Amino acid sequence: MVCPDCKVKQLTEALDLAADYDTILIKKGIYSSVNTEIKKQVVIMGENYPIIDGQEKDEVLVVKADNVTLSGLWVKNSKRGSMKDYAGIRVVDSRNVKIINCKLENTFFGIYLANSKNCLISGNHSKGANYGKSDTGNGVQLWKCDSITIENNHMEGHRDGIYFEFAHFCLIEKNLCEKNFRYGLHFMFSDSDIYRQNTFQNNGTGVAVMYTKNVEMYDNIFRNNWGDAAYGLLLKDISNSIIERNTFTNNTVGVTMEGSNRITFSKNNFASNGYALKVMANCIGDTFMYNNFTANTFDAATNGELRENSFKYNYWDKYEGYDLNRDKIGDIPFRPVSLYSMIIEQMPYAVMLLRSFTVEILNRAEKSIPGIVPETFQDYEPMMKPNVL
Amino acid sequence: MFKIAKYVMYDILRSKVLIAYSLFLLLVSFSLFSMEENSSKSLISLMSVVMIIVPLVSIIFSTTYFYNAYQFIELLVAQPISRSSILLGEFLGVSVSLLTALLIGVGIPVLIYAPDSTGFVLMISGFALTLSFISLAFFSSVAMRDKAKGIGMSLMLWFYFSVIYDGLVLGILFSFNEYPLEKAVIALASFNPIDLGRIIILMKMDISALMGLTGAVYKQFFGSSFGIIYSLSIMLMWIITPLLIALRIFKKKNL
Amino acid sequence: MIRTERLEKSFGKLHVLKGIDVEFKAGQVVSVIGHNGSGKTTLIKCILGMVLADKGNIYVDEKSIAGDFRYRENIGYMPQIGHYPENMKIGQIFRMMKDLRKNADVLDESLMEEYKLSELFEKPMHALSGGTTQKVSASLAFLFNPKVLILDEPTAGLDPLAAEILKTKIIEAKSKGKLVIITSHIMSEVEEMADTVMYLYEGKVNFYNSVTELKKQTGEEKVGKAIAKIMKESAHV
Repeated sequence: MVCPDCKVKQLTEALDLAADYDTILIKKGIYSSVNTEIKKQVVIMGENYPIIDGQEKDEVLVVKADNVTLSGLWVKNSKRGSMKDYAGIRVVDSRNVKIINCKLENTFFGIYLANSKNCLISGNHSKGANYGKSDTGNGVQLWKCDSITIENNHMEGHRDGIYFEFAHFCLIEKNLCEKNFRYGLHFMFSDSDIYRQNTFQNNGTGVAVMYTKNVEMYDNIFRNNWGDAAYGLLLKDISNSIIERNTFTNNTVGVTMEGSNRITFSKNNFASNGYALKVMANCIGDTFMYNNFTANTFDAATNGELRENSFKYNYWDKYEGYDLNRDKIGDIPFRPVSLYSMIIEQMPYAVMLLRSFTVEILNRAEKSIPGIVPETFQDYEPMMKPNVL
Repeated sequence: MFKIAKYVMYDILRSKVLIAYSLFLLLVSFSLFSMEENSSKSLISLMSVVMIIVPLVSIIFSTTYFYNAYQFIELLVAQPISRSSILLGEFLGVSVSLLTALLIGVGIPVLIYAPDSTGFVLMISGFALTLSFISLAFFSSVAMRDKAKGIGMSLMLWFYFSVIYDGLVLGILFSFNEYPLEKAVIALASFNPIDLGRIIILMKMDISALMGLTGAVYKQFFGSSFGIIYSLSIMLMWIITPLLIALRIFKKKNL
Repeated sequence: MIRTERLEKSFGKLHVLKGIDVEFKAGQVVSVIGHNGSGKTTLIKCILGMVLADKGNIYVDEKSIAGDFRYRENIGYMPQIGHYPENMKIGQIFRMMKDLRKNADVLDESLMEEYKLSELFEKPMHALSGGTTQKVSASLAFLFNPKVLILDEPTAGLDPLAAEILKTKIIEAKSKGKLVIITSHIMSEVEEMADTVMYLYEGKVNFYNSVTELKKQTGEEKVGKAIAKIMKESAHV
């Protein structure tokens, strides 16, 4: 038991006194904690969110033991800087660590797990230090981790909301990442992770995931990511992955794909984006099925002929074909790439003519006598009505 | 002037053409809104209609009206009324009539289905386009004595601003693609009321697409308060200038 | 009353008026005659301010009309073919004209009454016959009791009865000391109404004198023949 009026007044004292498997209860109050190392397998519980203050001197809490649980703490004021990734809560080389319902404020990095396994990060809220892009770290960062569950967290105002490098077999569920300066979610070399029911919104450049395979994304929402180079989701060198039942709305670009192979997009909803899809010609073997595309300025853009990508059973609101045999599938293919979107790729200033009559004429002329738009970018079996997602 | 406008209005408001125009717009607007569940998508389609139909009808209707009212104008000229009052009165009358038609045909459906800022901007833009194309119509009517030539000229003006100009812009952008064209593009947009009107609406509508690399330039300029003032004043120029030229010609014209 | 000074007007290469110096006085009924293209209509339109002269001046009551429009308060004009807003009714036209010209102290609605136009007030203009339209035009010209009446082919298209009413009205106007300028092709009418004849030939005043003088000079009894004689003479010059 730690509290300002108790016998044990500081967390560090309590840690010195504690043995493995003990529980430390911290009552409401302000406790300074500069680089406090937790080396015993203890449970630290906060009551009414006691403030654990790093005083901007170093990291705040560092967990270096297995089976540690931190809960109900209000961790504040880590040091900032480029020398070291100062974190609010750092977990190093540990297993079965649980960080539950903590608040993190003005910390350079929020929760940083390095070389750890089987951990749970749940119900935390981290508000990054709003000192501009270069001067803030990530909300949750995983480095060389395995089997981590990250759920119900709220990350805002960081550089990246969630950042992984070499994190495998993780489950990321029901998190909300918003208003981060760079990405809501960003990972590299992190195979076999599952992302479910997360919301990524209003981030500087959306979500970017790179150099990874076996990614599964279900029921996530990517929205309101606007900017020069913003996208709902950027897939760069991603392979063998499944992206299903996600919603992409109001993004400059819904999904950008570069060098990404064998990805299955199904039952996603693309609505009111600038571009729903930007698929670069170096993407091979991807499948797009049962997606809905509505009210996007452009449904798709590309920079060349696509190879072995298949589009099937998608609903495109710009489709103007007919269904004579009444099988609910349009009888003529749909080409989601318009001539004008090709023109804009070449001459960005032509955006001035967006939605003009002339452009409309050009697009229609191209549709009746295709010449420039990639022949392979076609949905051969477009749906007449929106798919039920 | 206002009296003449009153009688012109009275004359036009009962003509079948104007009623047909209002009903047509009403029909188009309602069907667009009821076809789509998403009102923003209907607004997009409605915008395309407004950008083509409104200038066309405005310019052709006004030109035809002017020629049909030619003898009436002659009669007025023989009355103790100054010529500027006559022309401005005619302009005012035609304007109020066509704006009323637009207000009924597009305004009401927008008010019902999409009473937001985008709908509002669409109406403003539609109004401005109506006025500037009436102004252009008066210019060609006054400049050309012959009715067929006048209507021909009006059609050409419409075709130029709707299609040819944008084609030229594409050509220019294509030729100078290597150069920084931010300012040039803004200037290019200013020289065509239709482009200007459309961009004003798009600022509200396609923000996500316009936020792309070059879109940002537009957003920065046309989205800023300076840009809004700028585009509105250029629009105003497009209304006033042709009318002033028409007035100068009309004052010296032999009827 | 109305005086023109070296009035010249060209339409492109066509030199229509080649220096017209003429004065019309109150109480006169002047018949302007001439071939088609002799400049009759142009002269009238110049006086009405519908056509702006290239050179020369026009004075109404000794005031130049250049840049002025109020002088037209004194003029009633009946065009050869009147065109009115199609969707308006006769009554509305009259109301409108009264509304637009507030200067009339005493309205002269006698012609309107004699033509029984008030019975047709609810008829729209586009449903009217040419004759009725002319009745409207004539009534409007006289409506404001102007000092000057300019009537372009006034009886063309009117039925004999209506034409007769109009003629009476013109003669009455003369007796009230008004100036009436008429263009007409019908010589019998000229004889009946006009006391002065002005003959325009190729943009110049060929003859401008009273009817009595005309008859005397040509030695003809009938105005028609007298004029024909003048026309022939001028053509030979």
